Amino acid sequence: MSAPPIEAPAAGAARGRRGGGLFRAAWRHGRTKVGVVLTGLVVLVAVIGPFIAPYTPTEFVARPFETGVDGTVFGGDNRGRDVLTRFLWGGWTLLLLAVASAGLGVLAGTVVGVVAGYLRGWADEAIMRVNDMLLAFPQLIAALLVMSIIGPKTWLIVAVIAVSHMPRVARVIREATRSVVEQDYVKAAEAIGLPRWRIMAVEILPNVTGPLLVELGLRLTYSIGVVAVLGFLGMGLQPPTADWGLMINENRQGMVVQPWAVLLPVTAIATLTIGANLITDGLSRAAVGIDRGVGK
Amino acid sequence: MTRLVAVRLLFGLLTLWAVSVAVFAATQALPGDAALMILGRDATEARVAALREQLNLNEPLTVQYAQWLQGVIQGDLGISYSNRSPVSEVLDGPIGASLTLMGLAALVATPVALAVGAFSALRRDRAFDHTASLGTLVTAAIPEFVVGILLILALGPGGLDLFPSVYSRNGGPEQWVLPVLTLAFAVTPPIVRMMRATMIEVLESEYVQQARLKGLDERTVLVRHALPNAIGPVAQVVALQLAWLAGGVVAVEFLFNFPGIGKVLMDAIENRDVPLVQAVVLLIAGVYILVNLAADVLGLAANPKVRVTR
Amino acid sequence: MTETTETVLAVEGLTVIGRPSDVTIVGDVSLTVRRGEILGLVGESGSGKTTVGLALLAHRKRATEITGGRVEVAGQDLASLDGRGVRALRGRAVAYIPQSPASALNPALRLRVQLGEALHDGSLSPAQADARVREVLREVALPDDDTFLKRYPHQLSGGQQQRVAIAMAFVGRPDVIVMDEPTTGLDVTTQKHVLETVRRMTREYGTAGIYISHDMAVVAELADAVAVMYRGELVEHGPTGDVLSAPEHEYTRALLAAVPRMRTDAPEAERGDELLRVSGLAAGYGRTRVLEDIDLSVARGECTALVGESGSGKTTLSRTVAGLHRGAVGEVLFDGAPLPLHGRRRTAEQRRRIQYVFQNPYEALNPRKRVRDLILGPYRHLVGRPADPDLVVGRALERAALPASYADRFPEQLSGGERQRVCIARAVATGPDLLVCDEVTSALDVSVQAEIVALLRGLQDEGMALLFVTHNIALVSNIAQRVAVLERGRIVEYGPVGRVMSDPRHEYTRALLADTPDFAPEAGAAAE
Repeated sequence: MSAPPIEAPAAGAARGRRGGGLFRAAWRHGRTKVGVVLTGLVVLVAVIGPFIAPYTPTEFVARPFETGVDGTVFGGDNRGRDVLTRFLWGGWTLLLLAVASAGLGVLAGTVVGVVAGYLRGWADEAIMRVNDMLLAFPQLIAALLVMSIIGPKTWLIVAVIAVSHMPRVARVIREATRSVVEQDYVKAAEAIGLPRWRIMAVEILPNVTGPLLVELGLRLTYSIGVVAVLGFLGMGLQPPTADWGLMINENRQGMVVQPWAVLLPVTAIATLTIGANLITDGLSRAAVGIDRGVGK
Repeated sequence: MTRLVAVRLLFGLLTLWAVSVAVFAATQALPGDAALMILGRDATEARVAALREQLNLNEPLTVQYAQWLQGVIQGDLGISYSNRSPVSEVLDGPIGASLTLMGLAALVATPVALAVGAFSALRRDRAFDHTASLGTLVTAAIPEFVVGILLILALGPGGLDLFPSVYSRNGGPEQWVLPVLTLAFAVTPPIVRMMRATMIEVLESEYVQQARLKGLDERTVLVRHALPNAIGPVAQVVALQLAWLAGGVVAVEFLFNFPGIGKVLMDAIENRDVPLVQAVVLLIAGVYILVNLAADVLGLAANPKVRVTR
Repeated sequence: MTETTETVLAVEGLTVIGRPSDVTIVGDVSLTVRRGEILGLVGESGSGKTTVGLALLAHRKRATEITGGRVEVAGQDLASLDGRGVRALRGRAVAYIPQSPASALNPALRLRVQLGEALHDGSLSPAQADARVREVLREVALPDDDTFLKRYPHQLSGGQQQRVAIAMAFVGRPDVIVMDEPTTGLDVTTQKHVLETVRRMTREYGTAGIYISHDMAVVAELADAVAVMYRGELVEHGPTGDVLSAPEHEYTRALLAAVPRMRTDAPEAERGDELLRVSGLAAGYGRTRVLEDIDLSVARGECTALVGESGSGKTTLSRTVAGLHRGAVGEVLFDGAPLPLHGRRRTAEQRRRIQYVFQNPYEALNPRKRVRDLILGPYRHLVGRPADPDLVVGRALERAALPASYADRFPEQLSGGERQRVCIARAVATGPDLLVCDEVTSALDVSVQAEIVALLRGLQDEGMALLFVTHNIALVSNIAQRVAVLERGRIVEYGPVGRVMSDPRHEYTRALLADTPDFAPEAGAAAE
């Protein structure tokens, strides 16, 4: 606050609600549009794929790694199942798991972050130290350890990834919360004796939506990566499920003779993560711009 | 300064200990009897009982943990179920191989990332900056094993056939290229971003403006006024990326069949080789914590406000 | 009064526009300054004064462009210089003293390096340069020993940092020196010393000074000539005396009228019933005590001012009264009944009757809420659900002199002054008896400050008591009936405003009054 604020004449006509403002501001970046198109494409494949697949995912239609078979577009996989069918079936589980784990992780992280950032004092110390301990585990290693012990179960994949997201989200949201708590409107709410939970819900949360959305995008990107890599390592969904990560694992030995069985899921995962990251980038640029417009 | 570092060190140790408890507790939940695992299914009951006694499996868990921890500190990590030989021997070669792999990746990635980041900052909002930012955005998004596969498809046997896609014992140095490149791609983007952001912040700072208004030439402004203030945060991110490598090697080694600790871990999980899993997870977490700690201390040391108090 | 000397700075028709918006930031500005003279360049934020100042060093901010005019420094036309020429010019022909030395001194470099490199043209040997650095340090009353030269900026106090910045500017014996609000954020006493140093150095060195400021009082005391900028244009330019006594432009007149004059003749008003009584109050943060032995009272309809410099504990005291500070002990009576110090232990009625207005209106309003909800939120919580919400909002806005149509706006659609009015509207909506105002004008431009003060005075006339916290003693004499002077956590002087202003008993109060710049002729007598 070194310089006194600019005494500009008040902005003209009332603009719309600020919530939608972030998306609108993000949409102005060309990258966001590209991101939405890329992500939308992959989501479309994953969602309608099972309905348009020519075979069932476990049907044998060719010899292992055989290409150019009549009635197939991309040939057979390591066991002779239709590559296209398995590709069309293999996306929705990945998407579902990634969305669920990112959503849960961000939700938990936000609650922890806002509470720690607002309460401060010993509660904050305790929460953040536990957080640091959780952060001391590399994300993938933690997932592998748990998977290897309890076994690869779907709910466990979601839980492990969500738990590993939580401390990372909490750290960011806590920082954001702390700068909001410094603002006098929080003190004004305290001065009239508003209950703490209402201050957190009404005064703080709406003012950290910028970093919150950015985190959501970022965690979604990572979730997709972790779910995929777990499948790839054979620690995610188990055969004979059709799953993009698992498909890569099963077919990588035949990559030279039958590249499609690897190339299709790899391209889909890459497109999806790039798309998600482009949207996140647009959101974070918009959030920075909007935060600059407010206050100082 | 010394106090701050001491506190960090103490906390690092505490974290390491907590990780050891977590690893021990987690592996205890594994079904199966350790003695039976070592001896195999057709061992006689008497031999199994004798080994149970020898491995202290009849003691309470806390005692078992204390003995295990004592062993770990002394470098005795137990006996691998699948190889029937001490874990430390099994890990000997893979640790060296993994460290070399990580070191090479860091060596390739760091200078390139720093240069690209700094140049982006100097060329802010020009073509180079936009290209670099889009490039880092894309590489940062793709999971590292996908990057590896794309590299194999492009440069490996399926594509230009320049480098082998699978590591083999008697292969030449060219088989290191793809794994190193894959890891380098994975660690580069955050360093580029941080370097760019820090440089921009420093270049726009009032003290750099003041240095220019003093009439210093651009080189002095950059070297004397800007860089020393950018080093701290950037060094921290570089260290964090090195820490990430400790966990990041797993999928890459698995993909290239590279004989490092990551591959050992995947095999051990496959074989339910508890002592080996414990050892590798502890090792990776240990390296991760230590490098993180180093990053912290580095960040403190680079800041004169912390280094020299009033 | 100054002898006719060489003109070393001449600006003619300088025009700067923003890119890519093509907005005119500075339009057609012409100035001249002679050796040994200081020109005060006055204007509110956004008036373009800093842009002019930087243009004198051939520097332009990002996304701006000089499109017209001529700047001549010591006979050189800046436009004719290449990069090398500009570098040679800076530090030697023209030097710059920044607004905030805390961020303009490089945190990673020792003072020796930063001071020495200002003598970069190679005309001096290292030993000569070192001797020159020490000489100039002595001139600004700083130590010149090796221990001091080895220090980093963060090891100095704010006043010392600013002296280092001054030394850095004068070390190369420049012909022209540009000072960009160099005393912002400094206490009045430190400010006084810095201003004296600047004055003396420009005289001794025969340097022409440009002093950029928003503070008319400071400029009046320091400058030989004044130039007033308004929305990018120079609206007034002349000798200080002329401008102050006979301002030509309407904006200058408004600016002068807005500056609070020191009044010493405030009549002692009769006191009403006691509303707030603070006795034996102490407060702190952790182990540090910031307040000790505080005794204070505010009567109904009265304004009591708390004056002190930064760190004196005045904000802590006001927050304790509002129940916002944890860690205070002592006794507070409100309307005869004991008032718990912790806000959460107060009754809703007590919280309703004491309302708080914050220093910075840019941080005091939740940016996600409309004005209407900002006002109704506290009302619902403290008073209850209103039968007619529009009436409550309308009335509150009216009392804060804002049109009722503002109810649907978001804070970002309001100017700073309007925001502060909304803060006041929010506070008065619940019908409080006591309004605690914490430096409510310090984040605002001078002309807006005067309006807010007038508004508060109006509220007081309607019977509201005020606890008015400020660092500006001149402002106190305009609004308060009683004043308490705080120094390092203790009240050193407390009494009716007229008495304290005309007959200060404590040394600190006397120093405070003497150090406060003031251009009103009748106040000169008080500053003794």
